[in-house]
Amino acid sequence: MLIKTIFSGFGGQGVLMMGFSLAQSAMNKGYQVTYLPAYGAEVRGGTANCTIAVGDEEIASPVASEPDYLVVMNSPSLTTFQNKIISGGTIFLNSSIIEARPSRKDVRVYAIPCGDIAQELGNIRAANIVMMGTFIKITKILPAEDYLKSIETIMGGKKKSVTEINRKAFAIGFDFVKN
Amino acid sequence: MAKKVFGRPKSLKEAIYHYCPGCGHSIVHRLVAEVIDELDIRGITIGVPPAGCAVLAYNYFDVDMIEAQHGRGPATATGIKRSLPDRIVFSYQGDGDLAAIGIAESFHAANRGENITVIFINNAVYGMTGGQMAPTTMLEQKTTTTPAGRNRTLDGYPVKVCELFSQLRGTTYIERCTVNSPASVNKTKKAIKKAFQCQIDGKGFSLIEILSPCPTNWKLNAIDSCKWIDEVMSKEFPLGVFKDNLAPVKKTGEADPC
Amino acid sequence: MNKILMSGNNIIAEAAIRAGCRFYAGYPITPQNELTEYMAEHMRNVPGGVFIQSESEIAAIHMIIGASATGTRVMTSSSSPGISLKQEGISSMAACELPGVIVNIMRGGPGLGNIRPAQGDYFQATRGGGHGDYRTIVYGPATCQELADLTMDAFDLADKYRTPVMILADGMMGQMMEPVIFKKPKPRKYSEKFMLKGAGAGKSKFIRGLILDAIEMEEHNWKLERKYKIIVDNETLHEEHRTDDAEFVIVAYGTAARIAKGAIKRLRDNGMKVGLFRPITLWPFPELKLRALSGKVKNFLVFEMSTGQMLEDVRLTLQGYANIEFHGRPGGVVPTPAELANVIARHYDKKD
Repeated sequence: MLIKTIFSGFGGQGVLMMGFSLAQSAMNKGYQVTYLPAYGAEVRGGTANCTIAVGDEEIASPVASEPDYLVVMNSPSLTTFQNKIISGGTIFLNSSIIEARPSRKDVRVYAIPCGDIAQELGNIRAANIVMMGTFIKITKILPAEDYLKSIETIMGGKKKSVTEINRKAFAIGFDFVKN
Repeated sequence: MAKKVFGRPKSLKEAIYHYCPGCGHSIVHRLVAEVIDELDIRGITIGVPPAGCAVLAYNYFDVDMIEAQHGRGPATATGIKRSLPDRIVFSYQGDGDLAAIGIAESFHAANRGENITVIFINNAVYGMTGGQMAPTTMLEQKTTTTPAGRNRTLDGYPVKVCELFSQLRGTTYIERCTVNSPASVNKTKKAIKKAFQCQIDGKGFSLIEILSPCPTNWKLNAIDSCKWIDEVMSKEFPLGVFKDNLAPVKKTGEADPC
Repeated sequence: MNKILMSGNNIIAEAAIRAGCRFYAGYPITPQNELTEYMAEHMRNVPGGVFIQSESEIAAIHMIIGASATGTRVMTSSSSPGISLKQEGISSMAACELPGVIVNIMRGGPGLGNIRPAQGDYFQATRGGGHGDYRTIVYGPATCQELADLTMDAFDLADKYRTPVMILADGMMGQMMEPVIFKKPKPRKYSEKFMLKGAGAGKSKFIRGLILDAIEMEEHNWKLERKYKIIVDNETLHEEHRTDDAEFVIVAYGTAARIAKGAIKRLRDNGMKVGLFRPITLWPFPELKLRALSGKVKNFLVFEMSTGQMLEDVRLTLQGYANIEFHGRPGGVVPTPAELANVIARHYDKKD
C-alpha cells in the first residue's frame, strides 16, 4: 500500500496541520510516512500545501505526481491541483467557500461545508478537523480513534475546550458522509 | 649590581622581526606584548593575526594564536571569544584587512559589541603585496595602483575607521594613535592597555587604530615617514579618543552622542 | 526510543546538538532556514551553547573556525550560493586541520538559481570546493533517519581526521518530514593538544595555513594527502538495493536514490531485474565496491538531479568494465519514479 494525499488551502486554514496530523497518526500506527510542505516563494502570498505519503514499506519519493487524494480548502487550490489527481482518485473540497466543482468525471468528489459546520460549533478554525473527519471516514487510512488520539497529543498543551470542539468537529465530519 | 630596566617582553618570542627598517609593526608588536605582560594575561590570551605584513605575527608573539584568512579576523575572534568567554582575544589587522576585504566582519563584530580588542594598523598602503592603494590611502597619494595619485572620482575617499565605528552602539572604546615619536609610542601603549583592560572588565568592543610608518612603500626614509604622519596623515586621520564608554558617568542632562 | 516526526533541517540541528555541537553560526538562506532557526531556539537552552546569526556566510565559516580552534564542536549550514561563499573558510579548515561540520541543503544553480531541490554541487563538494590541494569528507544522506545518524557520525569523523565534513542534502531532504530515532552519540575523542585555550604557564601554540617555505608546504600537502588516503581506505559507505539478481543497476545518491527505488519497484513489477547502487559517502567515493559489482552486472545508469557530475566518478570507476548511461534532471526538477522507470525500461531492452 502507498497512498499519497495533497492538502491545500489558505495559510491559516490549518492545512499543514491536517497533513502533519495525518502523518503523525499514521506513523504512530506503524506506517512509513513522509510529509513534504511547499516552501519558499510559492507559499508567500497566503497559500499553503503539503504532500503526505503513507505506506507499508519504505517510501521512495515524497512527491506526489498523481496523488490518490486531494483535500482543497479554497478555490485556487482546486484550480491548481484538480488535474494532478490520479484517475479514480478522490477530491475533498470545502464547499463553504468553493463554488466551483471539478470538471473531471473520473474522480469522486466530496463537498463538505466544513467552514459552516465549524462556524456553527463556535470555532471556524475547526473547519480542518471537520474535513479530517470526512477524510478519515472515506479513506480508511486508519481508525478514527487513532487519529483523534494523535491529534490530542499534537495539541498537547491546548485547553480542554479545544479538545472537545475538535472531537465534535471530527464526529460531524465523520458522520456527514456515508461509506 | 646593575638593575635591568629594559628587556624583551615575556610575551614576545626570541625572534628577529622580518619587518622593514622603520616599520611601525615591530613597535606595536612590542607594545601589545608589554601590555599583555603588565596585565599578566599571557596565559589566557589568544591572538588572531591577519593576512598582510603581520601575517607572521605568530612567529613573534609568545601567546596562543590562530591566523585568520584575509579580513576575517574579527569573525574568527568572535568564535574564540564566544567559546571561551574568560580568555582575552585580540585581532591584529591592517587597513586592507579591516577596512576593505574585512569591513563587514569588522563592522559587525563591533556592532555586536563582541568583547574583543582590535589592533588596527593604518599605514595608508598595502605593504606586503608591494604598495598598492589601501582603503585608507590619502587623496593624491601615489601607489602602484594609483600611479597618478588617488583620484576621488575613481577611487573614492580614505575610509575613517574610528569615526565610523564610534557611531556603532556596540563599541565601547575607540582611539586613534600613532607611533612616530617616543611620546606617541607611550601614548599608544596606554591606549592599548586601556583597550585590553576594557575587555578584561567585560566592557565590550575596543579598537585602537595606529597610524604606522611604511617607509618602504611611502618611498621615504624613516625620519621623513614619521614627519609625514604628523604633517599629512594625521590631518586626514586626526588622533584622539573617538569613543569612551569607560569614562565616568556624565553629569545628568549631558546627552550621550550614541 | 520513540519515533519523532521531524523535518530534515530540524533533524540535522537536533542531531548536532545531541552530538555535542556547541557552536553554530549561519546566515539565512532558503531552503535551510529551519536549521538556523532550530539552532537559534535550542542552542540557548544548552549549557555552553552558542548561536550566532552572522552577517554573511563568510563570517559564519570563520566564526566556526575560531570556535573549532578552541576545541568546541562546531557547525554551519547554508544552501548552494552560500556554500560557495564558505569555500575560503573550508579550504582554511582543511589546511589548519580543524574539525567542523558544514551542511549544504542544495538548491538549483548556477548563480542564484532557484530554491528547488537539486544536486548541482557534487563537484564543488567532492573536489574540495575551495582553492588548494585538499578534500572534504562528504555524506549524501537519502532519508531523514540517515540525516540524524550521519550528522552525528560527521562530528566523529571530523574529529578523528581533524578535517571538515560536509552533509550534502537538498531542499527536499531539508523540508521533508519523516519519522526519526536519534541514536546515542558516541563519547567525544579529541585531544587537548589540538585546542587553543591560551598558553597558561606553558609553551604557546599557533594554528596557521600559511607556510611560506615551499618544501615545508609540500610536506604539509603530502601529510594531508596521506590522511586522505587513509580516509579513502577506511571510510567509504554505500548501500546496495536489490542488486543480488540485478541485470541493470542505477547509481544514484540522496533524493535521486529515493526516486530510483520507486522506479525499481515499478520495473521489478514488470519483470525487469533492476537494482540500485547508492554511494553514501560521496567523497570518498565507494569505487572498489562499485567496480566489484561490475563483475556481475554490465549495465549501469547514473541518475542525478544535475547534468551529470557523479557520472564522472562512475566513469572513472567503471569505464572499460561496464556500459554507463545517464539520466539527469537539473535546475530543481524532482522527476517522478514513473519517469525514471520509463527511461530505464528503454535502456533495459537494449542492454547486453
